[in-house]
Amino acid sequence: MTEIVTSQTPPILNGPSEKERKYDRQLRLWAASGQAALESANILLVNSGAGTVGVEALKNLVLPGIGRFAIYDDALVNEADLGVNFFLDESCLGKSRSQSLTALLLELNPEVQGAWFPNRENVTSLESLLVSSPVFTAAIYTYPVQPEHLSLLKTYGLQHKIPLFGVHSAGFYSYFKIGLPGAFPIVDTHPDETATTDFRLLTPWPELLTFARDLTRDIDNLDHMEHGHLPYAVILLYYLDQWKLAHSGVSPKTYKEKTEFRKIVQSAARTDNAEGGEENFEEAAAAVLKTLVSPSLPSGLKEVFEYKSKFPAEERSGFWIIADAVEKFYAEHQCLPVPGNVPDMKAQSKVYVQLQNIYKAKARQDAAEVLNTVRATEGGQNIDPAEVELFCKNAAFVKLINATGGDSNSTASAGDHLKTVVDQELENDKNAEAMMMPLSLLPIYLALQATSHVSSANADEILAEICKVVPGANQNERIVKAAHEVARAEGGELHNIAALTGGMVAQEMIKIVTKQYVPIDNTCVFDGINSRCQVLRL
Amino acid sequence: MASADVYPASEPARWKYLDNVRTRSGPHTNPDIFDGKLVAEAMENMKVLVIGAGGLGCEILKNLALSGFKNIHVIDMDTIDISNLNRQFLFRQADVGSFKAEVAARFVERRVKGVKITPHNCKIQDFDEDFYMQFQLLVCGLDSIEARRWINATLVNMVDEDAEDSYKPLIDGGTEGFKGQARVIIPTVTSCIECQLDMHAPRAAVPLCTLASIPRQPEHCIEWAHVIAWDKEKPFPSLDKDDPEHITWLYQKALIRAHEFKIPGVTYALTQGVVKNIIPAIAATNSVIAAACCNEALKIAANCAPCLGFPDENNYMMYSGNDSIYTYTFRHEKKDDCPVCGNLARELIVDPDWTLRELVESFAVRPESQLKKPSIRSDHKTLYMQSPASLEAKSRPNLDKTLAELGLSSGDEIGVTDPAFATVSFKYKLKLQK
Repeated sequence: MTEIVTSQTPPILNGPSEKERKYDRQLRLWAASGQAALESANILLVNSGAGTVGVEALKNLVLPGIGRFAIYDDALVNEADLGVNFFLDESCLGKSRSQSLTALLLELNPEVQGAWFPNRENVTSLESLLVSSPVFTAAIYTYPVQPEHLSLLKTYGLQHKIPLFGVHSAGFYSYFKIGLPGAFPIVDTHPDETATTDFRLLTPWPELLTFARDLTRDIDNLDHMEHGHLPYAVILLYYLDQWKLAHSGVSPKTYKEKTEFRKIVQSAARTDNAEGGEENFEEAAAAVLKTLVSPSLPSGLKEVFEYKSKFPAEERSGFWIIADAVEKFYAEHQCLPVPGNVPDMKAQSKVYVQLQNIYKAKARQDAAEVLNTVRATEGGQNIDPAEVELFCKNAAFVKLINATGGDSNSTASAGDHLKTVVDQELENDKNAEAMMMPLSLLPIYLALQATSHVSSANADEILAEICKVVPGANQNERIVKAAHEVARAEGGELHNIAALTGGMVAQEMIKIVTKQYVPIDNTCVFDGINSRCQVLRL
Repeated sequence: MASADVYPASEPARWKYLDNVRTRSGPHTNPDIFDGKLVAEAMENMKVLVIGAGGLGCEILKNLALSGFKNIHVIDMDTIDISNLNRQFLFRQADVGSFKAEVAARFVERRVKGVKITPHNCKIQDFDEDFYMQFQLLVCGLDSIEARRWINATLVNMVDEDAEDSYKPLIDGGTEGFKGQARVIIPTVTSCIECQLDMHAPRAAVPLCTLASIPRQPEHCIEWAHVIAWDKEKPFPSLDKDDPEHITWLYQKALIRAHEFKIPGVTYALTQGVVKNIIPAIAATNSVIAAACCNEALKIAANCAPCLGFPDENNYMMYSGNDSIYTYTFRHEKKDDCPVCGNLARELIVDPDWTLRELVESFAVRPESQLKKPSIRSDHKTLYMQSPASLEAKSRPNLDKTLAELGLSSGDEIGVTDPAFATVSFKYKLKLQK
């Protein structure tokens, strides 16, 4: 006879899959959605020079599981490669560098596919590779790069609207520059959790007010347990009501008023209990300055709204349609949709869950309103409601990268812009010491950039090249030193600097491919002598 | 400004790029301490110790081998797990279960000709000062604060003012997600890991009463299953956090509790994360931080450029890649009242009404002490000893006495020891204050 066992435990749960276990530590950063984006990415590396930095970047992309990569490199492996590049060994000497690199990189992750060029078959040039391959998701090229290759890549980038990463590592110095094909918006920016608390205590809606008033109606007669477990948001709402009664309906606005309000909250804590104080009132007092703020438009989102109106012809991707709808919401309500998350706080389970549900319900209602607007917009019929929800939840942290530059791959007026930045940075440097600010790393960029197309150069040649862009550069001590430091390397890479820069490039590639976290805008210079970097818009 | 002479290593063609930079001076090289002729040979003769063969350790071994170091030792007690493969690039599926130090050492030796790597499949605490004395440089890629504190205290203890080679530079890296830090410690000269402890404050523990009666977050339900339900039901003889069956048991318990309190968000992955205190980790960040550490190692060994940790230099680089890229490189100042490298007792403000038990427990949560099993002595007598058992039993009654009852007063010095740091006595000067 079969015995039927009724168990209160849920049905046997499947543990994580083999793949989930392998990628566990990264799924905690970018979740399944980010992983799926990585797995459909196809990255091109056009490799040259000492040839290590791009390979180190690729290593850090193969390990987390990009879909595929291709390496274009027409060098043959020589002795010097073995002293700097970990993905080559004795047996590779004299062979195609792209072929050898591809083989040893593929060992890292059986789920990744890789191809190498030029091959002995049909693809003998970068041009034929770009024509014959499926479209790449992004391309990395390393300096020194042949001018023809660079121009082919830039044309390809423009045509297919893909990001290009130019990377230069020599001696203790490096930089990389990301050329994005247009404005790059990010919704899933992963802000610091502490920054996301948004209670709307100055503009509560009826359900929230009713809930808080019900809990505090008889506040003085609550027993110690209940009083000591009022959620701090509820405490603040109660004392705001009291404050408004005494101040003709106006909430505390100035810093002075807020500190006065904080004192009231602090002194309302009971001290005649066993603990001699109340943690929830401490939490409430500590939250006063941070939570008693009127809704405002955060700078990132403002930039999105302004960009939208400046460029009405921007192609109507889902992001821009939702942004439009959120702007309408903001115009109508003078606040953003409620994000709906409630941080942990001292409270009883039931009350806390009720409070959570009030915020969640409001967030859903606001997102539904935005979705209605989206649906009524041309092109908005097929937008995934989950995308709208995510935008509403993260609205305060939405960011736009490359907003002012349009196509940063274009070279037109790049020289003028560089000149302006140089003047600004060198001017800042004059006061850097007094302001306790670090010195600009732009001299490093200038010195490296002067060797963009040559395998090595002496300091005078480097300075002469810089002077073409920055007249008088040879009079600037820091630029002169940077030129000498770059000359010292003779175009050679130090493995550490290549690995470090390759790590940063891989981080940025992951951010751009997954559309999570915030990438640089748009150049990062690293100084291995002082161990620091600087991000500049160039 | 740059001198033209390169002094090549034994295989000049292979180490051409490295020799360009390490054997000739540049505009930032200090001529008083740099001699290009000596660099290659000096580095070949140096013995370097790598602590940890995990995410950072694999990178560090690769980087040191390609920086001209020839004699490297590596310590790691762990074996390879499948979840290591997304970043620990010296390991393959077939290596799962083998010792990390062993596999990593063999791999790098095979790939980079002429480098010798000696693996030690054990704990750092298994070695004594004689072992550590043989190295000129240590590079650490650890995930545990406790191990870092132990090696730091050991190296500080080894310093003999009359013997220059007793100062062992310690280069330490750490990562979490897109963030990390690299720092250089010259024992007793720069601030040490103990001086910097409060920069790595432990996450505040959830109060037991929250777990027991008023859970609000999925983590509270998981901790309840972990701390309370497991102890009560003992489904297996002991908890193995790497056994999926054990994690599944905790997950199911947590799920039932979450259901009862209507708390959403308990998942298997979260359960595992909370129970094992998993820190997200990726290859890219390890690459950045390990290379920053090894870049300092090269500069210290070759003197070819200023490095972190030297007098008047910075000693700490913070790196963050979440929102753009940001580094903050600064000098963390040595603390005179550091219990490891300072010579002053640190002031400790305590309530005279506290019991000794409360004082003992407070050492675990104070960001600047983080001692889990402290034994305490005052100037005159033993207040509480964790071991041996006879002394523990004898001193246990003190735990329920208040500090005032024990006769402690402001200005008294106490010494605190912990089995995790055998050699160190943390000195505190009491200040009684209600």
